Amino acid sequence: MNHSTKMMNPVSNLKLWSKDPVSLILRILVWGASGLTILVLLVIIGYILYKGIPNLSLDLFDLEYSTENVSLMPALINTVMMTALSILIAVPLGIFSAIYLTEYARRGSRLIKIVRITAETLSGIPSIIYGLFGLLFFVTTLHWGFSMLAGGFTLSIMILPLIMRTTEEALQSVPDSYREGSYGLGAGKMRTVFTIVLPSAIPGILAGVILAIGRIVGETAALIYTAGTVADIPDSLLSSGRTLSVHMYVLSSEGLFMDKAYATAVILVILVILLNRISSYTAEKISKG
Amino acid sequence: MIKKKEKIMRLIFLFSACTSIIAVFLICIFLFANGIPAIGKIGVFNFLLGKNWKPSNELFGILPMILGSIYVTAGAILIGVPIGVLTAMYLSLFCPKKMYHLIKPAIELLAGIPSVVYGFFGLVVLVPFVRNYIGGNGSVMLTASVLLGMMILPTIINVSESAIRAVPLNYYEGGRALGASHERSAFFVILPAAKSGVFASIILGVGRAIGETMAVIMVAGNQARMPKGLLKGVRTLTANIVIEMGYAADLHREALIATAVVLFIFILIINLSFSILSRKTI
Repeated sequence: MNHSTKMMNPVSNLKLWSKDPVSLILRILVWGASGLTILVLLVIIGYILYKGIPNLSLDLFDLEYSTENVSLMPALINTVMMTALSILIAVPLGIFSAIYLTEYARRGSRLIKIVRITAETLSGIPSIIYGLFGLLFFVTTLHWGFSMLAGGFTLSIMILPLIMRTTEEALQSVPDSYREGSYGLGAGKMRTVFTIVLPSAIPGILAGVILAIGRIVGETAALIYTAGTVADIPDSLLSSGRTLSVHMYVLSSEGLFMDKAYATAVILVILVILLNRISSYTAEKISKG
Repeated sequence: MIKKKEKIMRLIFLFSACTSIIAVFLICIFLFANGIPAIGKIGVFNFLLGKNWKPSNELFGILPMILGSIYVTAGAILIGVPIGVLTAMYLSLFCPKKMYHLIKPAIELLAGIPSVVYGFFGLVVLVPFVRNYIGGNGSVMLTASVLLGMMILPTIINVSESAIRAVPLNYYEGGRALGASHERSAFFVILPAAKSGVFASIILGVGRAIGETMAVIMVAGNQARMPKGLLKGVRTLTANIVIEMGYAADLHREALIATAVVLFIFILIINLSFSILSRKTI
């Protein structure tokens, strides 16, 4: 339901406001708050682009990290690897889980309730707790050490609820008539799910996956004590490697290369804006059918 | 043959559905098993109500950090909630359609900015600003609260907006029919009807603020002592874990994990109240 278009009539309100200052004050408050929200965004993005773009240089994209040239390229490559790893683990699990919840389980069964509650709990847990759990479980108990693998598994638990929820919504929006049509033609449950339901839900699932990528790219607290902070490209999945966000945190807390930190911030912000646009573009595509 | 395949797939789906249960279970087990013994060794009261955190002297009182987290979060709520709820009112009841298509993506973007970028912005803009114009050395409770207030805006706006939109249109019409202006009907009829959803958004905001780590570390000063005022540095529970985990050993390390247990329990309580409240929403 859209209230706003029906209710707007600002010009005739002028007369009313002079009689009723409370309404005017309320409207000014609403305008002011929204203006402030937009201002916050513009100032953050604007400041970082303004200070960071002049600091972008080709050395920053050198493949080798050294103390003279704190190149962000290794961190960028690590970010891509970390994203691929976490997505590879979390997406199948999340999609299968959502398939079970929407297509297989009886509505309102106890298992569904428990899964919902645990997924809700997972999505509310702060990233530092995930980081600590990763440290205790993957790094220490499983003896993986500070490694890409430990980081990837930690992040995949973190994004699992997001993938589950968006996939569930996408599956639920597939009309039942599709399923009935498929059964009517003699297809079994599994075939219906994989050839009929899942393909029609792909845009929704994709939007969720891209949103999850955005979270992985921006994550720091969960990675410091799982993937570690080594600034090189790792030799194997069991070596440590810092992602772009971790790189940026280390740079700005050392305070030695602030110009490089600005430049890294620009790359991060541009990445996030791009992912954000792609995600809402895919989401819009579904709503248009 | 096909039947067997169907059965196997069904089992795979079922197993996947259980991963989130297993994950929560493992997280609880590992946190509690590693943290609770430390609380036992230090003593519950010494740990939760001790005013001194001096790991080198075997003093592990986390009251300064608990209060630090609560104060910083309270400040963030004071700043973020009025702006967030008013913006949600604007988006759902006052905003022309064209404007909506401009503002909504902006808020999504605000939610997408990584916390380390927020922290960096706080470090290079807010900290010098507070130092030069307000007082203290800049890395103080006020700065952290303002920054967190910005960071929880998208959460509060999105949840409040959907709560306000869920109020039936005839509430509004009833208000107008009784002669109330658009603004009065919006604020005195629709907003009260959406109050449990708005409260849910605030609780979610509290959860975000209390769990935020990187941004807070970069601007809050992080001194492990009782918080002394708006213009003095504070350390939160999250900061305590990240700052010292790198070099802590033995009881110190366990005490840090116990800090995470306390944070985890806070979060569980917050989640529980959120789900109770959001179920009440119309």
